[in-house]
Amino acid sequence: MGLIHFVLGLTVGSAYVEFIRENFTQLIARLAEHILITAQTVLIAVPIAVSLGILITYNDQAATAVLWLAGIAMTIPSLAAFGLLVPFLGIGSAPVIFTLVLYSQLPVIRNTYVGLTGVEEATKNAGRGLGMTRRQRLQRLQIPMALPIILAGVRNAVVIVVGVTAVGAYIGAGGLGEFIFEGIRQGDTVMIVVATVVVSVLALVVDYGIATVEQLLRLRNGEQIEQRVSTQVIRRAVQ
Amino acid sequence: MIEFENVTKVYPDGTKAIEEVSFTVEEGTTTVLVGPSGCGKTTSMKLVNRLEEPTEGTVYVDGVDNMAQDRIDLRRNIGYVIQEIGLFDHMTVGENIATVPELREWEQSRIDERVDELLELMDLPGNYRDQYPRELSGGQQQRIGVARALAADPDILLMDEPFGALDPITRDNLQDEFLEIQDRINTTILFVTHSIDEALKMGDQIAIFDVGEIVQYDTPTEILQNPKNEFVENFIGDNRTFKQLAITTVEEVMEPREERPPGDGDVISAATDGGDDYAIPADASLQVALTKLLGSEDPTLPVVRDGRVVGTVSERHVRSYFGPTEES
Repeated sequence: MGLIHFVLGLTVGSAYVEFIRENFTQLIARLAEHILITAQTVLIAVPIAVSLGILITYNDQAATAVLWLAGIAMTIPSLAAFGLLVPFLGIGSAPVIFTLVLYSQLPVIRNTYVGLTGVEEATKNAGRGLGMTRRQRLQRLQIPMALPIILAGVRNAVVIVVGVTAVGAYIGAGGLGEFIFEGIRQGDTVMIVVATVVVSVLALVVDYGIATVEQLLRLRNGEQIEQRVSTQVIRRAVQ
Repeated sequence: MIEFENVTKVYPDGTKAIEEVSFTVEEGTTTVLVGPSGCGKTTSMKLVNRLEEPTEGTVYVDGVDNMAQDRIDLRRNIGYVIQEIGLFDHMTVGENIATVPELREWEQSRIDERVDELLELMDLPGNYRDQYPRELSGGQQQRIGVARALAADPDILLMDEPFGALDPITRDNLQDEFLEIQDRINTTILFVTHSIDEALKMGDQIAIFDVGEIVQYDTPTEILQNPKNEFVENFIGDNRTFKQLAITTVEEVMEPREERPPGDGDVISAATDGGDDYAIPADASLQVALTKLLGSEDPTLPVVRDGRVVGTVSERHVRSYFGPTEES
């Protein structure tokens, strides 16, 4: 029995290896497309969401409304959003990026808002008493202190974006989703599994990378935290 | 100089924090606002740098109505220390201290010099500059809080229960250190506390607040000797004499020694004969003096300053200072 399992495993394993070997260039190309869409989304989404997060600290009612709307945006199924946007933006990556920007709003706006408003009252009072204007308190105290929290929101958003980008292949955006849809059409399990694993690994790598930057920022802010291996390595390299 | 003229503050919800309050803090002196919580002492302090604004009346800062001054400039010209310390945890100690000079856009070299000066003034080692506040103890953090407030050399310093969150020993040390610093800087200080002992120790003048008004505004000695009413008496507590012993120096009650020509050997040897433990420093409190007298075989002890005998003190001197009423 053990032998059969081993041989079966080997054959299945070799099927994956073979697939990767045969489609290596294509896989890399699709991965690059995937990363490009993710990057474009982040570049557009983060400035919008951070600005909104800062603006709503001035008005509680606006904060409730904006956070509620951003929450609603996240509940729209991605396929429905693509379908609705194609008539306006055509097929390809544009409607996908538009949808992903919407999806990214909630985590980033929420973390920006929570990070800025969560700064201790004593800190803000000291800043006020020492003669900082509201703007200076924001620039010198609140934003630097909130930065790791904002980055945690970005990290959250990027993981969502990497996942949903795969669906974008359905309307011709490219990316690793192409393999998944192709695999479904051809009933090719190996193709689906390989593409899915690459998407997951990409998400994990990005997650880990941003988490490391987040830790570096926390350390820069004088926080005492348990450091990841990556954080330790970077700190040792810098010193 | 700070001057309150018939100042009333009513909050938007209708709460009257203070009513018709008037008092003056002379230049270079320390006035302590003391009273139970909710008496309006902190509100009064915040009226000075316009963290609150008066409903009626005027607060003069250096002779000018502070409502006519730019709010931000006013605050940058006034030092501010709070109980919660409120250091900026994401900045180093050096950056914290440099806050106001940075806001005022001083040149970097001048800022660096000033930070060094303040670290030295607060008796903190120079390598603290690059440390973060969270790495330091509460007492050290508040030393930095004070340094930050003094950074731009303000004429006025506001201190809102600055030592209130510290343990008793640290508090005592910081009070003593601050009294020394106070002698070296010519700053007008407004100090808020709920502790009468701290008020007696730190203040040149004390304003005792009851709900929304000043009940008595006097020197510590005057308040202890002539409390204006029952509220003040109760606030001081029943060990008034003991408290007075703590704030009166030996110099005030001793019998001064006759002036002798300088360089007289006899004077110097008298101070050194009995050793350091024998003589009492002129600036020691009567509590210290009495403790020494009670533990000494001699009924009279010499009082010294800078190694010279300047007078003598005995239990009789201490008693007579308090007058016949206190003798029974």
